[in-house]
Amino acid sequence: MSKEVEFVVEVEDMTVAYHVKPVLWDVDLNVPKGVLMAIVGPNGAGKSTLLKAMLNLIKPISGRVLFNGESYETQRKHIGYVPQRGSVDWDFPTTVLDVVLMGRYGHIGWIKRSSSKDKELAMIALKKVAMEDFSNRQISQLSGGQQQRVFLARALVQDADIYFMDEPFQGVDAKTEKAVIEILKELRKRGKTVVVVHHDLQTVKDYFDWVTLINTQLIASGPVEDVFTEDNLRKAYRSTGKILKG
Amino acid sequence: MSPQIEIQIIAVIVAIACSIPGVFLVLRKMAMMSDAITHTILLGIIIGFFIVHDISSPFLIIGATLTGLFTVYMVELLTRTRLVSEDSAIGIVFPFLFSIAIILITRYAGNVHIDIDAVLLGELAFAPFNRLRIFGVDIGAKGIYSMGLILIINLGLIWIFFKEIKIVVFDSELAAVLGFSPVLIQYGLMTIVSVTTVGAFEAVGSILVIAFMIGPPVSAYLLTDDLKKMLYISSGIGALNALGGYQIAFYYDVSIAGSMATFTGITFMFVFIFAPQRGMISVAKRRKFQSIDFAKKTMLFHILHHEGKENEGIENGVSTIYEHLNLKREFLKRMILQLIHEEKLQEVSGVYKLTDSGRKYTIESYESIIESLNSEYIK
Repeated sequence: MSKEVEFVVEVEDMTVAYHVKPVLWDVDLNVPKGVLMAIVGPNGAGKSTLLKAMLNLIKPISGRVLFNGESYETQRKHIGYVPQRGSVDWDFPTTVLDVVLMGRYGHIGWIKRSSSKDKELAMIALKKVAMEDFSNRQISQLSGGQQQRVFLARALVQDADIYFMDEPFQGVDAKTEKAVIEILKELRKRGKTVVVVHHDLQTVKDYFDWVTLINTQLIASGPVEDVFTEDNLRKAYRSTGKILKG
Repeated sequence: MSPQIEIQIIAVIVAIACSIPGVFLVLRKMAMMSDAITHTILLGIIIGFFIVHDISSPFLIIGATLTGLFTVYMVELLTRTRLVSEDSAIGIVFPFLFSIAIILITRYAGNVHIDIDAVLLGELAFAPFNRLRIFGVDIGAKGIYSMGLILIINLGLIWIFFKEIKIVVFDSELAAVLGFSPVLIQYGLMTIVSVTTVGAFEAVGSILVIAFMIGPPVSAYLLTDDLKKMLYISSGIGALNALGGYQIAFYYDVSIAGSMATFTGITFMFVFIFAPQRGMISVAKRRKFQSIDFAKKTMLFHILHHEGKENEGIENGVSTIYEHLNLKREFLKRMILQLIHEEKLQEVSGVYKLTDSGRKYTIESYESIIESLNSEYIK
């Protein structure tokens, strides 16, 4: 491809609906390379749906998504994903190391087994989230914050260029929150792009440099200082009555 | 080989072959789906029979497998409308397809050897009569070979696709993002369940297939935290259920399938009560230990709280502390003796005082409790 790719993610005319009730309505969104972007909006605004529709986990009624100017299928290896912590069964019989290794499966491919190199990478990732002492621990014994850090380590070993994270700050302790934000900043430093569904308006300015405000429709998207204004927040939250001072 | 031995070999093979896909059904919280599939495949067998007019044709296996998958598809279709929940959907699809099969049998296949009792309960005792002959030489009961083949296929597929099945069962969204189609794996697993059921039900009947598929994995789940070990343990428990059930049937001269299903229930109850970590006894012991431990900490904290205050003599007094802690006198006395023995507490002129190590322990416990509370309730 000779065309210079300006945006790593391009969403065009994305509409997702349950019967006639739209969850996302004609959303156009471009994410520039190397930003740390928060997707913000009230409950039920379609934040997680937008993330899942971008990743092809939900089938939209209309719209398309391009990664590095190409389709999702060809760019799969460059995409990392951290689902909501509550979306899996933490009583599943397996260990912390094994869960982190799952992040390598995309690189390993079908049928082949994980190598000692994969295990090494998994241990390095666990160290980054201060969980290396837990590698042989059963996942059922982890606290909420520890679960989130394991998910983060799993995302790190995916070694992607574009990361999507669904509420990584949801219900975690202060130590984990700090660990998550440090990892996010490190990823950005390495030129990665990170898209995060976020619900805490207070921390947007501290944690992110790019923000997308949605409430079914796209309200605004751009650099935090330009877009994260009281005016835009009022537009996004007007139906809920929950408006915060900037 | 004596028929008794052959029956037991068949039963053990069926038990292991069923417990392997059963582990994943249990982990996917789809245990009831096995109930549905084991019954609805009868429709596929009947339709297959109408087409080829041969009850032992392999075509029937294909028909049955397709109906098994159709069952899963119908349940998912109904669930996806969001008008009914998954368990309700199973409750509709399974009797519907099964009863169509019953009607077809009673109306059109009355003179054929498809007996509904045999479908539900099977008849292991007759399995040795069905011989496999090669060039006229009897090489053993057919069931050993047909189920043996299914067992080998199951083991092979699980071994080859272990990683893929694991990620889909644990986190299907990540699996999808990484390119391991959850739909493909899901239907692959259901194909295994269907084929195993078709092979097994002729010998052991659909009720025992369900018992073999769900009982041993659930027991194994209580015994281990490791997926591979869960597969080994449930295979072992499955084999034990088959052999133990056979002994009961032989001894009391009762239904073999019924005895094996009963034995499955018994081994589960045994594990449920005695499992080292998750059994009822361990859980009760742990709760008791935790409550004593917490009562001790509460008392130490009470003493720390009033230490050096002017009412210390009353609050922490040897003869008055009982009135300030809402605990049974006997229980409290025993706890105090234990704490003194652990050198966390001492008696100084009629008042309980913390030792240095007791004070350190109390403060540490307090901090760790507060920290865990904060991490749970933050936001």
